[in-house]
Amino acid sequence: MFESLTEKLQQAFQKLRGKGKLTAADVDVALREVRLALLEADVNYKVVRDFVARIREQAVGEEVMQSLTPAQQVIKIVHTELIHLLGDRPVTLSFAPNPPTIILLAGLQGSGKTTTAAKLAKLYKQRGHSPLLVAADVYRPAARKQLQILGDQIGVAVYTEEGQDAPGITARAVGEARRSGHDLVIVDTAGRLHVDEELMAELERMKNAVHPHAILLVVDAMTGQDAVNLATAFHDRVGVAGIILTKLDSDARGGAALSLRAVTGRPVMFVGTGEKLDGLEPFYPDRMASRLLGMGDILTLIDRAQARVSAEKAAEMERKLRQAQLTLDDFLDQLEQVRSMGPLGDILSMLPGMNKLGLKNLEVDERSLAHVEAIVRSMTREERQNPAIIDASRRRRIARGSGTSVQDVNRLLKQYEETRKLLRQFAAKGARGRGFKLPF
Amino acid sequence: MGESFLARLNRGLARARAGLGERLANLLQGHPAVDDEFFDDLEELLIQSDLGMNLSATLVDELRAYAKKERRASGEEITRRLESRLTELLDGQSHALQLAPQGVSVILLAGVNGSGKTTTAGKLAWRFTQAGRRVIMCAADTFRAAAIDQLVIWGERVGAQVVHHQEGADPAAVVFDAVSAALARKADVLIVDTAGRLHTKSNLMQELAKVTRVIGKGIPGAPHETLLVVDATTGMNGLEQARIFQEATGVTGLVLTKLDGTARGGIVVTISHSLHIPVKLIGVGEQVDDLQDFDAGAFVSAILRPH
Repeated sequence: MFESLTEKLQQAFQKLRGKGKLTAADVDVALREVRLALLEADVNYKVVRDFVARIREQAVGEEVMQSLTPAQQVIKIVHTELIHLLGDRPVTLSFAPNPPTIILLAGLQGSGKTTTAAKLAKLYKQRGHSPLLVAADVYRPAARKQLQILGDQIGVAVYTEEGQDAPGITARAVGEARRSGHDLVIVDTAGRLHVDEELMAELERMKNAVHPHAILLVVDAMTGQDAVNLATAFHDRVGVAGIILTKLDSDARGGAALSLRAVTGRPVMFVGTGEKLDGLEPFYPDRMASRLLGMGDILTLIDRAQARVSAEKAAEMERKLRQAQLTLDDFLDQLEQVRSMGPLGDILSMLPGMNKLGLKNLEVDERSLAHVEAIVRSMTREERQNPAIIDASRRRRIARGSGTSVQDVNRLLKQYEETRKLLRQFAAKGARGRGFKLPF
Repeated sequence: MGESFLARLNRGLARARAGLGERLANLLQGHPAVDDEFFDDLEELLIQSDLGMNLSATLVDELRAYAKKERRASGEEITRRLESRLTELLDGQSHALQLAPQGVSVILLAGVNGSGKTTTAGKLAWRFTQAGRRVIMCAADTFRAAAIDQLVIWGERVGAQVVHHQEGADPAAVVFDAVSAALARKADVLIVDTAGRLHTKSNLMQELAKVTRVIGKGIPGAPHETLLVVDATTGMNGLEQARIFQEATGVTGLVLTKLDGTARGGIVVTISHSLHIPVKLIGVGEQVDDLQDFDAGAFVSAILRPH
């Protein structure tokens, strides 16, 4: 996510870095690029204008000009302002003192409310809460069934009724939650345009029927300049407590994240990535800003790894990676662990310096991983420890055993060899203090 | 149809007009002076309509040069020139749906998640059943929970048969069956609704390419239209979407949905201009007949003169 903006900002800053001291004109040149990059990233026109003005004010100051590394200071100012614009600190849902806490999801058609409702329920179920999902999208055909299926998948109860009375359904669902001891009610509402008077009035009635603790606005990360209009309209009408940005696993630069907070004053609380129901993460302004500036999002990666990989295994793996001693067994092990952390493309994009290494367009086909697994599993233990002994006849046997072809086996062995080479390079670069160094 | 499109679109846009359009209109009426502020406002209007920074800047630079040459050009003249330039960018190719001269016409709908494919499939089917055509819809979105039910309900609503398998089935297999059914039942139109997919997922793009191949094998020359469904709120990412979908399946046209909000859908100008994919249909409301033919001139007027 945000890769293209990162690149553009890096290009803009490259020009700054090339010089020792900065003039006001230099700053202006760089800021023009920042403005262009932000506009192309779908950040709202007015937000960009304010942002650039604020940076200029700070950067063309005497202090900056007289410092030893003015370029670094300008970058730092942009970074700090980005964090500020993104909301400074992560904000999460607060629970009501008297359960149930009622959350209402609202947004345009197709922004991802139903999927997000299920993801949110799963997240809080894992944290020990007892959520109830409410299917209050009474218009889209089969929307209620969609939520029921998702609820079944994650083992969360779904309240639903026939009929078109969304406020009534919601009110009765809350009653049901009280009776059966759910402490969290997540209401999936129908998609509605912010200019649709009838449906906005319905949303208002739903709000008045149950007095939700938070109305969360669900916004597609690919949204353009209009993000600001829709957010303002929803916020003015029903009061938005926070924003969930969905489909961030697209390559959209996601400038909407920058503008939404700026115009509504409300925080982005979660980001949705992927169609799997565990693809919902908290939104961290500092991480996102670092990411915008090409520092990589190593913190999110560490979080994910810690959630899913035991500490000893990680340490063992790190040692092996550093020494570039990777057997096929480790390769397989690693594949499984990495897969449990999310799509590979995602993970790679979080590593700092990946863009520079020319790995930006690295495509990872998740299905081919299943083949890899089958091939490695068809090898003997000896072969996995020492792949050099795998000759033509062993290759044929492995191919037969795994239901693949000899070409597939060859390809895997070659990939494995290349990975080892790459690791050796990383290890060498690391030793010289380069490679994964942060851009500042 | 152009009239009605304009009326509807303007009703939507009128509600969001407050800022730019009005300022531009004031500029045109009250202050005939063509100065820097005038051009800045034009550029802002284009950017806020999601045309993108590059195209907006290029167009406004052209207009500045024109104004310099024609010193007496009024704001109205310059706006009209911009209108005709935008119309030109959109109008390279035919906006009419291409159908088979005889036999079954196949229309494939593709796009990212939540762009409005299933709803468009239903509305499109309605348009053909209203014209007395025999329509079959194919539920090739076997991934999203209850997507099949959604299309089946649309089928009942508009009087079209729906060919479907179970959730989780192979989309290529459903499509194969739908093609056979369309041929056997002598359908006039087969509309294929596919699963929403982000263009960044290469395996899903390959799946879409396979679906297209299966259709082509069953009916030579098909699909006759591969329509990319694009949400009017889409920002600059729309161009990348269109580029990658085009590589995977050869997109022949765009459907611009949800134009009844405040988004102006300017990204289609950039897509048409860069990739030479014409806009064919627009969605302007929730009703079954709110899918209309695209009219470049009316569309451009709605962006520039929201009244």
